[in-house]
Amino acid sequence: MPNEFFILMKPELVLTGIIFLLLFIKLGKGLKNDTLLLLIQVLLLLNFIGGFFFNKEGVLFDGMYQTSALIALQKNILSLAVYLISLLFADWFKKQEHMPEFFVLMLSAMLGMFFLISSGNLLMFFLALELATIPVAAMANFDLDKKRSSEAAMKMILSSAFSSGILLFGISLVYGSTGSISFAELPGLLNGSPLQILALVFLFSAFAFKLSIVPFHLWTADVYEGSPMATTAFLSVISKGAVAFIFMATLYKVFQPMHEVWYNMVMILSIATMVIGNLFALRQQNIKRFLAFSSIAQVGFILVGLSSNSIEGTTSVVYFILIYVFSNLAAFGVAAAIASNTGKENIDDYKGLYRTNPFLSWVLALALFSLAGIPPTAGFFGKLFLLTAGASKGSFLFITIAALNMIISLYYYLRVIRAVFMDQNDEPIEKIRIEPSAKFALMICGAGIILVGLLSWIYDYIQNLV
Amino acid sequence: MNLSLLILLPLLTAIVILLMRNAAQVKWVALAGAAVQFVAAFVLLFQFNHQRALGDKAQMLFETQYNWFPSWNISFHLGVDGISVAMILLTAFVVIAGVLVSWNVTKMTKEFYFLLILLSLGAYGFFISLDLFILFFFLEIAVIPKYLLIGIWGSGKKEYSANKLALMLMGGSALVLVGLLGIYFSGTEHSFDLMRLSQLNIPVSVQMICFPLLFVGFGVFTALFPFHTWVPDGHSSAPTAGSMFLAGISMKLGGYGCLRVATYLLPEGAKEYATIVIVLSVIAILYGAFATMMQKDLKYINAYSSVSHCGFVLLGIGMLTKTSMTGAVMQMVSHGLMTALFFAVIGMIYERTHTRQVNEMSGLLKRMPFIISVLFIVGLCSLGLPGLSGFVAEMTVFVGSWEHPDTFRRVATILATLSIVVTAVYILRAVTKTSMGPLTTGFEKLTDATWNEKLAAVILLAGILAIGLAPFWLNDLVGPGAEIIMNKIGK
Repeated sequence: MPNEFFILMKPELVLTGIIFLLLFIKLGKGLKNDTLLLLIQVLLLLNFIGGFFFNKEGVLFDGMYQTSALIALQKNILSLAVYLISLLFADWFKKQEHMPEFFVLMLSAMLGMFFLISSGNLLMFFLALELATIPVAAMANFDLDKKRSSEAAMKMILSSAFSSGILLFGISLVYGSTGSISFAELPGLLNGSPLQILALVFLFSAFAFKLSIVPFHLWTADVYEGSPMATTAFLSVISKGAVAFIFMATLYKVFQPMHEVWYNMVMILSIATMVIGNLFALRQQNIKRFLAFSSIAQVGFILVGLSSNSIEGTTSVVYFILIYVFSNLAAFGVAAAIASNTGKENIDDYKGLYRTNPFLSWVLALALFSLAGIPPTAGFFGKLFLLTAGASKGSFLFITIAALNMIISLYYYLRVIRAVFMDQNDEPIEKIRIEPSAKFALMICGAGIILVGLLSWIYDYIQNLV
Repeated sequence: MNLSLLILLPLLTAIVILLMRNAAQVKWVALAGAAVQFVAAFVLLFQFNHQRALGDKAQMLFETQYNWFPSWNISFHLGVDGISVAMILLTAFVVIAGVLVSWNVTKMTKEFYFLLILLSLGAYGFFISLDLFILFFFLEIAVIPKYLLIGIWGSGKKEYSANKLALMLMGGSALVLVGLLGIYFSGTEHSFDLMRLSQLNIPVSVQMICFPLLFVGFGVFTALFPFHTWVPDGHSSAPTAGSMFLAGISMKLGGYGCLRVATYLLPEGAKEYATIVIVLSVIAILYGAFATMMQKDLKYINAYSSVSHCGFVLLGIGMLTKTSMTGAVMQMVSHGLMTALFFAVIGMIYERTHTRQVNEMSGLLKRMPFIISVLFIVGLCSLGLPGLSGFVAEMTVFVGSWEHPDTFRRVATILATLSIVVTAVYILRAVTKTSMGPLTTGFEKLTDATWNEKLAAVILLAGILAIGLAPFWLNDLVGPGAEIIMNKIGK
């Protein structure tokens, strides 16, 4: 048993170890930011690589905690994303007086997400979700001298508290109607009675809050805009990814008996999310707000694949999130490099960027093409497989609307491309000195954007784990 | 011949271009790459004919198949029949000519040639793929290079045109995608494989939904009325080589898709919707021709006339006879060569006179005899003079269309032939005005074509003459492929 405990809980234990190490270092006050950041980057890299080994399937604590090869992979995708964040925003990290705290908060939130993905019981699920949310609010407030940052944190914490309340209410309804909160027992007890449908709606709303599914998306743009870029990236990639994973697991496993009910909910909300996310993204000027709305639209797309309720659905969602990590982080990385050097965050400021910063421009172009789903980037494969999985249900209107949404999204992604490559500007952003580590991470992202799609064995690898 | 070579060659060229240091190296690498592709296309033609002469009756030759996303039943399946070979030849001709006429591009040369070669990669891949997924993949690969070529190196309202083109083409491919998914999920066996799907009988109800989606989707690429509006703007704003690739290759992707995917896989749908296809294509033919009459800008003239000429492609497909389909493919090849040459010549004139307005130039024949002679020949080809490719192709379409005894199709054919008269009017007016008469003042110092321009023109002219003077080789190449499609449709 103790041996099994250490092997099964390895990702969480390693993460906790890193958190404590950082706390001790902070107490000692012995290290400069540069050295410490390097140390953190190495630790996170090791954490990522270590995630590939000694993965076993099993349950702990009477089914409270569960893990499998797929769950290990999902955690590893998140670890990769955190490692990339530590590299991409190096410039900003080094300027922070309280850098270790930021990482402690970020890794605590990650820890919460790991437990979230592994949870096998609604109680565990709730605790993990809180652990994954509250540190993020503190991270949003990390630009201490900026009022907007505090505002973002306030909005974040209030909306989270609200959604937690809804979630708890949903959980209590589940318990009231079935007498159980265990993921393993629930499928046998759910029969689609009105009370259970109401419970599903409440649980669904809580997920919708975290994933910023329309109509629960209103906090997203404000929080993204006000938070420091690293927090925004964390929120839009890791937070979204983790919640999407557990959302899928809950719907596919726990609420499987009611899949006809949630299929309609997913379909309608998916259409609303895509359309509204896309339409709002059209007119955004600030790059962070722009990416916020684009990420809302992307979540709508994830829901298309998720609606399929099949192995293909699971695979394509995990695959898409892997691609999304590379694409969205690349876009945020470029935006952060520009913002931390010049303070410019508006799309109009990017005019003529290609003349002065060809490397950043190409990475940004790749990232946006991938988000728009243009081949040969991985986004094309990701979106296509989501659509194909969704189409297996045979609802053509739904798939047509999704496909047409790709055109709207292309329009606003091309707006940025146009500013960068085509528009004339007498005073473009000057040549930016990119941190070596950020450049390295951007290259990883670029390579990921191209290779994850073309190398089909990555998809097969995920499918084998499902 | 291993068909992957046709994809690897452009890919390799594009990568080597990225590694080059200066513009001169980039140009020579691109030219060398295009030349190798050109040779490869001819090798393919000869090997194909050789194989057929040996009695190989297989529908597709040189099939190769690699595993790619096996869990979705997707494979990298390549193969060619006569139609594909004809399209590959066309692509090779246009690519080498396009590389040659862009010799003077100074703005971001490396990126320009990289995108040009990437565009050709998409076209080659599209024409040889036998798996609908990779066909779609290559179709979409070609969109973004077009967007960037127009937006960065174009002229006039280039951003607007580039946006319009990219969005309309993406809209077309979104429809194609939905249609493909409909086919994929139509039976119990989920497959994207073209050969496999052609043996399965796709339910009629699915065909009725998917045919319009696929035909309109591909039709957007080939200027199907009323989705032709990107054509004039896109072509006129694009740089010379961009226009050549757009009209010469890219519009043919749509025609090929309409034929190979929509009509071949969904014969019942094709029969059901034939009337609408014919009506739309006749409108495109006549509307394009009349709209051209009103144009003053040489590029707009050629762009609108492309709408009219591509109407013949769709008319040939819509008529559903073996001859008319052969004619449609021949029209694609012929129009590709002709329009590429037309745009090349317009580019040469514009580079010297800095205007494209017909009424701002005259008497150019005196200063640049070579360029204007080519303009003359290509104009005659466009209006369908016997001996040049345009006549052969359009004639085949007409003959094929006339095979139907019913009044509706005969009236449609007669209306389509009327456009030839209109074509003659606008071509002769434009060509005469620019070439004859007194030389416009200020144009006395103009020079004739340089070596690269001459070479490009000669290559394309050779293609036009080869089809015009000896049409049988193309007819024999394309005919069997069209026959297989017709057999599937039945009478």
